[in-house]
Amino acid sequence: MSATSASITFSRRNFLRTSSLASGGLLIGFNLFTACKSDVKPPIDLAELNYKDFNAFIKIAKNGAVTIFSPNPEIGQGVKTAMPMIIAEELDVAWDKVLVEQGVLDTENYTRQVAGGSQSIRFSWDALRQTGATAKQMLVNAAAAKWGVDASELSVSEGVITNAAGKTLGYGDVVDAAAKLEIPENVVLKEPKDYKIIGTDQVNVDIDKIITGKPLFGLDYKVDGMVYAAVLRPPAFGQELESYDATEAKTMPGVIDVIKIGEKAKALLGKEEINWTAQLSPSEKVVVIAKTTWDAFKAKKAIKAQWKDTSTLESTEYQDKKLNDLLDGKEFTTLREDGDVNKAFAQADNVLERTYESPFLPHNCMEPMNFFAHVTDKKIHLVGPIQTPEDAANTVAELLGRDVKDIHLEMTRQGGGFGRRLYGDFVYEAAEIADAIRKPVKMVSSREDDMTTGVYRPAIKYRIKAAIKGGKLTGYQLKEAAINGNMYGLIPNFFPAGAVENYRVDVANYESNITTGAWRAPYTNFLAYAEQSFFDEIAEAMDMDKVQLRLDLLEKVKGTTDERIQYNPERLQAVLKMAVDKSGWGKAPEGTYQGVVAYYCHNSHVAEVADVQIENGMPVVKKVTCVVDCGIVINPLGAKNQIVGGVIDGVGHAMYGQFGFKDGVPSSNNYDTYRLIRMNEAPVVDAYMIQNELSPTGLGEPALPPAGGAVANALRAATGKRIYKQPFMEDLDFWRVEEKEIIG
Amino acid sequence: MPKYNLNVNGKPRSIEASADTPLLWILRDHLDMVGTKFGCGIAQCGACTVHIDGNAARSCSLPVASAEGKEITTIEGLSEDGSHPVQMAWKEVDVPQCGYCQAGQIMTASAFLAQNKNPSEAEIKNVMHGNICRCAAYNRIQKAVEIAAGNME
Ligand code: FES
Ligand code: FES
Repeated sequence: MSATSASITFSRRNFLRTSSLASGGLLIGFNLFTACKSDVKPPIDLAELNYKDFNAFIKIAKNGAVTIFSPNPEIGQGVKTAMPMIIAEELDVAWDKVLVEQGVLDTENYTRQVAGGSQSIRFSWDALRQTGATAKQMLVNAAAAKWGVDASELSVSEGVITNAAGKTLGYGDVVDAAAKLEIPENVVLKEPKDYKIIGTDQVNVDIDKIITGKPLFGLDYKVDGMVYAAVLRPPAFGQELESYDATEAKTMPGVIDVIKIGEKAKALLGKEEINWTAQLSPSEKVVVIAKTTWDAFKAKKAIKAQWKDTSTLESTEYQDKKLNDLLDGKEFTTLREDGDVNKAFAQADNVLERTYESPFLPHNCMEPMNFFAHVTDKKIHLVGPIQTPEDAANTVAELLGRDVKDIHLEMTRQGGGFGRRLYGDFVYEAAEIADAIRKPVKMVSSREDDMTTGVYRPAIKYRIKAAIKGGKLTGYQLKEAAINGNMYGLIPNFFPAGAVENYRVDVANYESNITTGAWRAPYTNFLAYAEQSFFDEIAEAMDMDKVQLRLDLLEKVKGTTDERIQYNPERLQAVLKMAVDKSGWGKAPEGTYQGVVAYYCHNSHVAEVADVQIENGMPVVKKVTCVVDCGIVINPLGAKNQIVGGVIDGVGHAMYGQFGFKDGVPSSNNYDTYRLIRMNEAPVVDAYMIQNELSPTGLGEPALPPAGGAVANALRAATGKRIYKQPFMEDLDFWRVEEKEIIG
Repeated sequence: MPKYNLNVNGKPRSIEASADTPLLWILRDHLDMVGTKFGCGIAQCGACTVHIDGNAARSCSLPVASAEGKEITTIEGLSEDGSHPVQMAWKEVDVPQCGYCQAGQIMTASAFLAQNKNPSEAEIKNVMHGNICRCAAYNRIQKAVEIAAGNME
């Protein structure tokens, strides 16, 4: 029942290629995800650096300087720091001497560069270590040849090779010779106990640029002669453009032109080559091209457009009814079934059933969607923040009827992702605009555009039913009613699958015209709260300690031979026990109320305890203790940032995230009507990571899902009330408690 | 279009723009100073925070016409080399995740600390709560402001 053996294969022999640089030094190209063809070599001139068969490179210069070109998109999850750290570890160089640069995606040449699913580190861990170790071995072999000794007699530390006699050579001294050597096979990787860089705190590699305001993000990218584009999209889902009048807009300051786009995107709709990241809109759109962003934004407001209704204009009540009908209906797909739940319910002493509801959620990346495009007959140049550059390039090629080889795509640092930038709608818009005007152009969304034309986390409902008999949990059934798709296939095998004899997961969904998609920790971001607050009720019904119930259930899974089970019960028990210990569970001071969760998702095991206090008659989340087992931690400083941010993000959206529709129109369009958690509401998060030597998993997502459950359970402890609906703070009066009289 | 003479980071700059253009877009699109960020455009998130005569202000909601004759400081001008105590503290604590909101956070914190060198925890929360961090780096922001407070001259 190993959690997840990644289906990524790379041939140890083939995935690396080296060459001597024209300027001296060694270039090592490698591919994190696929084996290279055996006949390709990295270029000898750095100017020709591309991704033909390699998606990452290390350069070691004659002076010993090491540059690592990091291939994966950086959305704030820290891979631009962590991935190069792994190489540097095995290469045995001093981290503070390593220069890290963002690799570009050259579609002539790309393979796979994706940020999503907390997978970057997990999938590349072996390849990155192999690469560093192989390079080091080549340098050592070159030194051994020079000294005429056996390589095994040499030792290395921080880029300096020492022989038995105490003589030393720097990497720079042997790099030219090393570049001419055969690539060694079966290099030895370090033992975790010997790590000097992995497991140390390292500051974000872009820190100096961030704190001094240097151009880094998509919105910051600029070239001479660039113009700005603002896109007017249908105000409601279910509407399309009928006609428009831009007479006034065209006379406004700075306006260059007003055009219409969307025909090309429409033509692509439903084509097979287009994959799930495409999210093409069925409507045509009006675009203002102007000299500055402000001119474009302002003129957009002056366009008089007519919209026609083409499909149902959904409202929250409509969606609510649809989801309830699904839950009450009989049309389910069963994703996992153990034993016979119906029998268990029929024979139970006590049956518990609860329904949990969540709203839609926008991603609200701090940097609004934007992209740069410049289309000429020879080239298509695309620059900006995108989590799926490869798909974006492919779709643009389809869209414009061009060869994907014409496309050069560069990734910028990204002002948040959260899943939104998996979808390339804004890239295609930029490309279609650039194709029409043939000038370098930046498409910029306003916050209102960004929030109202999103790819939302869909509203979901869960109905969970438990059978209790003879003081035991004998049956467990989870029903999901969702929009535009259901939970992915691994989730039914998360906890408590395997722990309850009669267990079943049923799902159903309906198709909506509202664009929906992945949102940080898809499905589990809400499911964790539903299940984990349900467990609390089971414990109450069984008159059991809440921690003990979970530990007991996990105990039953130990030694299971069920290959489908995703989580490891020992690891989940361990994080829970540590969270109990660190949070002082059961020993909270007077006036502090706690809620606990143990959860597995995104390959990591997490336990959280939330502390709630009553202030001015209202419950307030003061602290969350979070324990994560994500295997070896590459960069604890960065990892803690992810954990703390994930927890607060989870608390914030569970408490305040409210988003719905009225006749197809989103209910909020900016931060005055959409509440994100702020500094004064953020709990203190105490983050701990289990120390072990297991392969690293992901961190961008797993800390978020348990937070809502921990808060809901703590709110219950503090107020005696159970909440079945997010956001928790929609109705403040529900929570208001009588002020205790303060005596003395 | 009318002309405006601005004083940005101690240097005179003159630009032509319509009077209602927010200072944010003057900085970003006219003057190529992109350190000041666009987040909401309606004075709700603080990403666009600059100093006007030493006070924190939302540049997205400040028409260029009213910025004339004032001393404007942006993240690019907070220090020559990132050595302002607030910037140093941000680095020490490794505050950023995506980093997008951080220029605004730093500008809010630095204007505040210039006037209050010994703030309480509650005062820090209160002044920083106008700046949204979607990545929720709030714990580290709190810590960095506390450290910076001790290093202000
Ligand atoms: S962009 Fe000015 S406050 Fe948000
Ligand atoms: S660091 Fe991403 S918004 Fe603050």
